[in-house]
Amino acid sequence: MTPEDSRYAKSHEYVHLDKEVGTIGITEYAQKELGDVVFVELPQVGTQLEAGDELGSIESVKAVSELFCPVSGEVIEVNEALADKPELVNTDPYGDGWMVRIKVSDATEVDELMSAEEYEEYTQTESH
Amino acid sequence: MSTILETEAATAPAAATAHREGVLFEHSRKGRRGYQLPPLDVPEKNVLPASLLRVEIADELEVSEVGVIRHFTRLSKLNLSIDAGMYPLGSCSMKHNPRLNEEIARTPGFALSHPLQPDHQVQGNLELLWNLEQALKEIMGLPRVTLQPVAGAHGELTGILMIHKALAKSGNARKYILIPDSAHGTNPASAAFAGYEIKELKSNSRGMVDADTLAAAVTEDVAALMITVPNTLGVFESEIQKFAAILHAKGAYLYCDGANLNSFVGIARPGDMGIDVIHSNLHKTFSTPHGGGGPGAGPVGVSESLIPYLPPPTVERREDGTFYLDDQHPDSIGRVRAFNGNFGVMVRALTYIRSMGPQGLRRIAQLAVLNANYIRARLKGAYHLPYDAATLHEVVFSDKIQTAKDVHTLDIAKRLMDYGFHPPTIYFPLIVSGALMIEPTESEPKEELDAFCEAMLAIARECEERPELVRTAPHTTPVRRLDEARAARQPILRWKRP
Amino acid sequence: MSNLPDPLQDGHRYIPNAAEDITEMLGVIGVDSVDALFESIPAAVKLDRLLDLPGPWSEIESRQWFRKLAARNVTAVDHLSFLGAGAYAHYQPACVDQLLLRGEFLTSYTPYQPEVSQGTLQSIFEYQTHQCLLTGLDVANASLYDGSTALCEAVLLAERVVKNRTRVVVAKSMHPHYTATLRTYLQNLGVDIVEVAWGADGRIDMEALRTACDEGVFAVAVQSPNFLGVLEDYDAVAAIAGQIGAIKIAVITEATSLGIVTPPGAHDFDICVGEGQAWGIPTQYGGPNVGFMVVREALKRHMPGRLVGETVDVDGRRAFVLTLATREQHIRRGKATSNICTNEALIALAANIYLSLMGKEGLRDVAVHSLQKAAYLRGKLAEIESVTLPFAGPVYNEFVVRTPLPAKAILADLEQQKILGGIPLGPFYPSQSNDFLVAVTELHSREQLDQYATALSAAIARGTR
Repeated sequence: MTPEDSRYAKSHEYVHLDKEVGTIGITEYAQKELGDVVFVELPQVGTQLEAGDELGSIESVKAVSELFCPVSGEVIEVNEALADKPELVNTDPYGDGWMVRIKVSDATEVDELMSAEEYEEYTQTESH
Repeated sequence: MSTILETEAATAPAAATAHREGVLFEHSRKGRRGYQLPPLDVPEKNVLPASLLRVEIADELEVSEVGVIRHFTRLSKLNLSIDAGMYPLGSCSMKHNPRLNEEIARTPGFALSHPLQPDHQVQGNLELLWNLEQALKEIMGLPRVTLQPVAGAHGELTGILMIHKALAKSGNARKYILIPDSAHGTNPASAAFAGYEIKELKSNSRGMVDADTLAAAVTEDVAALMITVPNTLGVFESEIQKFAAILHAKGAYLYCDGANLNSFVGIARPGDMGIDVIHSNLHKTFSTPHGGGGPGAGPVGVSESLIPYLPPPTVERREDGTFYLDDQHPDSIGRVRAFNGNFGVMVRALTYIRSMGPQGLRRIAQLAVLNANYIRARLKGAYHLPYDAATLHEVVFSDKIQTAKDVHTLDIAKRLMDYGFHPPTIYFPLIVSGALMIEPTESEPKEELDAFCEAMLAIARECEERPELVRTAPHTTPVRRLDEARAARQPILRWKRP
Repeated sequence: MSNLPDPLQDGHRYIPNAAEDITEMLGVIGVDSVDALFESIPAAVKLDRLLDLPGPWSEIESRQWFRKLAARNVTAVDHLSFLGAGAYAHYQPACVDQLLLRGEFLTSYTPYQPEVSQGTLQSIFEYQTHQCLLTGLDVANASLYDGSTALCEAVLLAERVVKNRTRVVVAKSMHPHYTATLRTYLQNLGVDIVEVAWGADGRIDMEALRTACDEGVFAVAVQSPNFLGVLEDYDAVAAIAGQIGAIKIAVITEATSLGIVTPPGAHDFDICVGEGQAWGIPTQYGGPNVGFMVVREALKRHMPGRLVGETVDVDGRRAFVLTLATREQHIRRGKATSNICTNEALIALAANIYLSLMGKEGLRDVAVHSLQKAAYLRGKLAEIESVTLPFAGPVYNEFVVRTPLPAKAILADLEQQKILGGIPLGPFYPSQSNDFLVAVTELHSREQLDQYATALSAAIARGTR
């Protein structure tokens, strides 16, 4: 269920790397934990981020969570569709519910993230 | 007893008789009137330049007095209220609101007085305020009380600003306010707006602050500990004097959130515990009505060293027995609001304090604590008690037993509505997963407490036998569960002509 | 402990449970006394006496004492009053207070449980709608404490939105209590207030405003009608503030002015805050009042305080609910848009009922009466030799009067004639000790206005004799 072609952060973001462009969103596990997503706050295109920086925030009806950027780079695109349809994060987190695209400055940071298998193991321990 | 709700009626769609009242703007009809003014008896002239003149207020209403009275009467019937029954919201002290208070506050000599009248014209108001301060000083065991703040959070901001100013005056305002993880959200928010960073203190296994944990956390950078006494579990921090000593030794202050004063009014006094600052919610302990969210008042009592920083104005008495407003406090934090605080709320509170007298004030705490412990005793076993320390005026259960059947706190709360009760505070304090925080107050007679407990026990049985009934509750309220995600995703925050 | 009363002994009318109940309940709990329930409070801090306070009083005793106090006040009850300066006496229709006293409104809590709070929620939704219509802006909240703290919240909002700037420009003609409150709120937040003086006509000095508005300014706040009663030129202010990308904040202390004066939303302002007391709420020595805030759509997620939105229930019926709650302290805690929790809901309800009854025509009528009667009185006073009206800018229902005598002396003389003649400006602006503010509303009859002019004339004559 967790896509094999992406890498995962402990804070539940995924990065899907296509050449030097990383597409970032939150995982299926994270969207389930959050419940109905009602608002996603994203950075402006052009923002420079370091791995671990706050990327934005995601809100459900009664909770707000910070999003962290798992890799360093420049924001080159944000998912404008989420402004009107934040529920895409719930319905299709790995597809239409993506959040930002980043021009990754150091691809080795991606390698340091978890694989799909490692992430699934991680979520199983976390939910206990 | 509400056993009817275990029958089929409970699964029927919401009561067909519930009146669905449209938004008033939809009742507007051209030419209708809800008011009348006397004829304009001065000549009408062109006074304002055209650039400042408003042509019309588009879409504003045209309705009759009959229409307005029917509308608001019908709306009112969609609310539960303390007048109609127990409203056991934890840490909210939803107690009886005496009607004498309402009558006294409406006395024309009070109600029509103007905030900027000179002192000699408002001696009655000033004497009243002075008496209220004297009463709160005696209740809090502190030497001065400002009556300016108009809500608990406003009092918090006032108190923390005073601490900041006092510390700054002595050379270092410091950086942090310590706040336990069980605290109400206004505490960190107020501290942040007063210019501090927040350091969270973890509660120990009994839900309390540990003196050792505190001692380790109090550095030279800590300005104060903000703590609720008794805490949001209803547990009295029995080491409170030790906390004060730890803080004072490092030059820091002890701030008490007085939201739960109802549990020990007349029994013990914050000042005697070493507390430096406490705000009290007149709309909790002192019976002024919550009015659907306000108004309130949040007077703040302070220890001797903080008196110079009180916000203006204060009420003072001259030797000849006359009173005046004093706004000459050179070291003050400054005004926290225009005019003189929520005077109307203060009239109600003093009326209540006089109605209770010293015996009655003590009896408030005694009966509030008795009522809460009665509920605790009756529901223990049926609901999980996450912390079993002795509690005062409220008791916090969790949904741990019910989650086995996939029924959660929210469901239990909603199901209570079918039994005619407003739910308790839920999912707070945050340190309890699935918290149900019940505060009955002294206003509830035994038969109401019994009815509530029977309802809770019936729901516990339903969770075992018919969990779906609970998960889909409420069934009998004017509306059923709302689509809150829809409200937040595409907010509709005002009526618009279709 | 000996002299403390036994809880089994004396009952109280507000506390139902008495001896028999208490005994039964202690049995269920399994303790033998009420005192046993308080063992967690250390003995060292327990009181061994009753509080030293009067009472308990019966209703009869309370009425006597409080009525005596109220009678000691000199008020509009039996005096002709022209007091304003941020608190105005307007007509309140009888049914407003009758409806407020319905227990379902009066004695309910914040509507956190929407299924059993639709009355309060729908009323707030309607109140928000009135605020939007009146101010010409898009999104209103459920209420703030009062006008002065609403200004503080507006400035804090602006500071969050416009990043990396540290100054707010505030007109010197802002209500002095409002500016003082703002100073208190901002004292530890690294924000400076720059005050801009008024010109000869009582309006903000545009040259001074232009000078004050530099790149470091994140917001400009003006009050209209201002503290001198003069209406500001919104367009001119908006143009200057707009050039530096500052948030434009309009402050309104006389809310009935919106019935006839063009609203801030029509002049490119971003935020309108103010005091709703003038909507028929009794002045009651300054509180409780009701602060309002209305903002442009783009700012809604930065709004402080509660917001009610429309949605549907599981059966598809229209219903109302508190929404966008993640802005608030109970969720975002130290990072919330405000620390506000308790607001002024019941006063907002009073305002909603008032605005509903008055409606489109009534709001205009109240404003026309207030405006025309003030103009009439201005005309009358201008005829008095030695009276000047120092500010020529346009006014709504309040204006500054200057005589050759100290305002305090004139007002003391008027008080002898059972007239509360105005608010002296000296305490706010020491150089203006001969000036006072006079406010007129629809409550004044022509006869009373004539009476005031005659009395003022006589007072000046007596004072200069």
